[in-house]
Amino acid sequence: MARELLRRLRSWEGLLLLCLLVVLAYNISRVPNFLTMGNQINLFQLGIEKAIVILAMTFVIISGEIDLSVASMMGLSAAVTAAAFESGVPLPIAILLALSVGVGFGLINGYFVAVVGLSSLAVTLAGYIGFRGLARLLVQDRSVGDFPDWFTDLGQRGLIGPITLSIVIYVVLAIFAIIVLHFSGLGRLTYVIGNSAPVARYSGVSVVRTRMIIFMMSGLVASLAGILMAARLGAVRASTAEGFELDIITVVLLGGVSIFGGVGSMVGVLLATYLVLNLRNGLVIAGVTGNTQTGIIGLLLILSVLLPNLAERVRERLHRRQADAVVRNQETPPGDTPWVTEPG
Amino acid sequence: MSNALLRRIRPEQFREVILFLVVIGLLAFFSFQIDDYFNARSVNRLTTGLAIPLVVAVGQVLVVLTRNIDLSVSSVCGLSAYMVGTLLTRQNDLHPFIALIIAMLIGVVLGAINGLIVAYGGVPSIITTLGTLALFRVVLVEFSGARTVTTADLPDWMNDVPSATLASVAGYDLRLMVGIAVVVVILGQLTLRYLPFGRRLYAIGSNPDAARTAGLPVKRDVFLAFTMSGMLAGLAGFMFLIRFGNITVTAAQGLELQVVAAVVVGGVNIFGGSGSMIGALLGVLMIEILQQSLLRWAGISEFVKDAILGLLILVAITADAVILGRLREMWVRVRRQDRERAQGVQLEESGVPHGA
Repeated sequence: MARELLRRLRSWEGLLLLCLLVVLAYNISRVPNFLTMGNQINLFQLGIEKAIVILAMTFVIISGEIDLSVASMMGLSAAVTAAAFESGVPLPIAILLALSVGVGFGLINGYFVAVVGLSSLAVTLAGYIGFRGLARLLVQDRSVGDFPDWFTDLGQRGLIGPITLSIVIYVVLAIFAIIVLHFSGLGRLTYVIGNSAPVARYSGVSVVRTRMIIFMMSGLVASLAGILMAARLGAVRASTAEGFELDIITVVLLGGVSIFGGVGSMVGVLLATYLVLNLRNGLVIAGVTGNTQTGIIGLLLILSVLLPNLAERVRERLHRRQADAVVRNQETPPGDTPWVTEPG
Repeated sequence: MSNALLRRIRPEQFREVILFLVVIGLLAFFSFQIDDYFNARSVNRLTTGLAIPLVVAVGQVLVVLTRNIDLSVSSVCGLSAYMVGTLLTRQNDLHPFIALIIAMLIGVVLGAINGLIVAYGGVPSIITTLGTLALFRVVLVEFSGARTVTTADLPDWMNDVPSATLASVAGYDLRLMVGIAVVVVILGQLTLRYLPFGRRLYAIGSNPDAARTAGLPVKRDVFLAFTMSGMLAGLAGFMFLIRFGNITVTAAQGLELQVVAAVVVGGVNIFGGSGSMIGALLGVLMIEILQQSLLRWAGISEFVKDAILGLLILVAITADAVILGRLREMWVRVRRQDRERAQGVQLEESGVPHGA
């Protein structure tokens, strides 16, 4: 029992939990009422759009791909909503339009990756530049606001008590993501494809369809997050959500998802989300500016892949040394016929 | 495509020809649309605008060939521009050549950090350089304390260099900066074609495992590719400082996108192993022409630029994959036919019955 607990704690999730406790302890020591409901809601509210997109990105990266275009997609969907509303389209329809733009461009990303067989890095890099360009085309260098009250209220006021709509959506989506990733066929397929797409194909898995679904979900979720962001901020610029991909990818990798695909869990990613939210908050308390925070997130991104790599290498070396030691012990003293002979 | 043509040239060489034709087509199109398109001032502005992205693109090609990517170049460029700029404002009598060396050394150090993490730490380049893109920029912000390097504080020779001209025909200048960029491209192309290091980059990018099994120093070469990319970004930073004089903490931001786009549009395969400096040159040229011409084209919004750039990348990589895939198949088939025919002739000559 104790041993099992120890093994758990030595896993990646355990390490995350430890980091989280340290950061939490710091935050609580500086802000005594840190753990109150209001504070926690504020904490989530500040990064809620990223947190939502992280859920979809987890699927993308576990399937062995990457989607660099999510932040631009968020900006584009916010811009579509604002521009359509501005030109007289009723807001609910403008929102639907933005969501369908997300689904559409998600499918286009998926088509070029899954069907044409291009690198997702290149395809979504095109999206990264292109979607932002479209957003710029729609709202230019203006700030579009003047949304009706019900829309901004949804973004800013509590829906259930103090809990906002965004947080409700996040919780629902997070539960849904856990179920889909860990308890459904699509989730298993995501892991299988991420482990080895050729093996998946020869095993009769519809790689094309699964990849299309994953990229479509990524587009849809990103556009939803963009709309929520428009509601929260009450105004849309072409630069809305610029640079968010760094945070989003960082959290997914920090959560123990392998960039090479096939490995990772939603629990780790959720822990990492909470950790980074707390970390950013702690940095604000410590008086670190937003720019430097971004740098720290960048460092975290590299370390979250570098450290496991180095740990793996050290472990391998230890194993080899142990194996060598075993062989040495088995060797008979010089003079006798060695019974461990070299093959061949 | 006729078989005779396929016997002469490899499919990859079509790429540069097609790109060249597209560039010519673009120029022709815009010259019809825009009055006085080829006036000396605009052409000079176009060529000057090419210099900095070109130098960075050469480094990027080295990295992309090895199946990696370097997104941190813009931050390296900005950091080197700012640091050397600060140094020059404090020490006005510093020799230009030493300033240049310092700029490149800053690039070497930052590139080596990337290279170490990617080659020896085993972290994918996209992750590493996405991280260092943010990290190097923050180093710049912290280092600067939000101050700006201004032209007035820089030594006088700085003001002369941007307009220094190597040759001039009827107002069309070949500026020193452009000359440097062209030399870098030529050196890069020669490296890729004739130096063992260059050939190894192709081998590593085509199949890293095979390259490792064949005993190539994969880690060292990837490390060197990143270091050289950093060095060239450092050089570009120096050129940036000379060209603009005023350096803020956001210097060169977004340059990485332009360069990666140019390299990809220029037919350098993002999966590594194929591409050339000439392709990258054509890619940079194409994007620069588009950017500058769209601004001058009446009736089109300046905001359309990035949307077109994104579309262009998508079209370029798709066309590259589809067309080159077909061409390569045809090429392989023609080659095989030729070989079989040659073997048949040999066999007949040596008296062995056909099909033995």
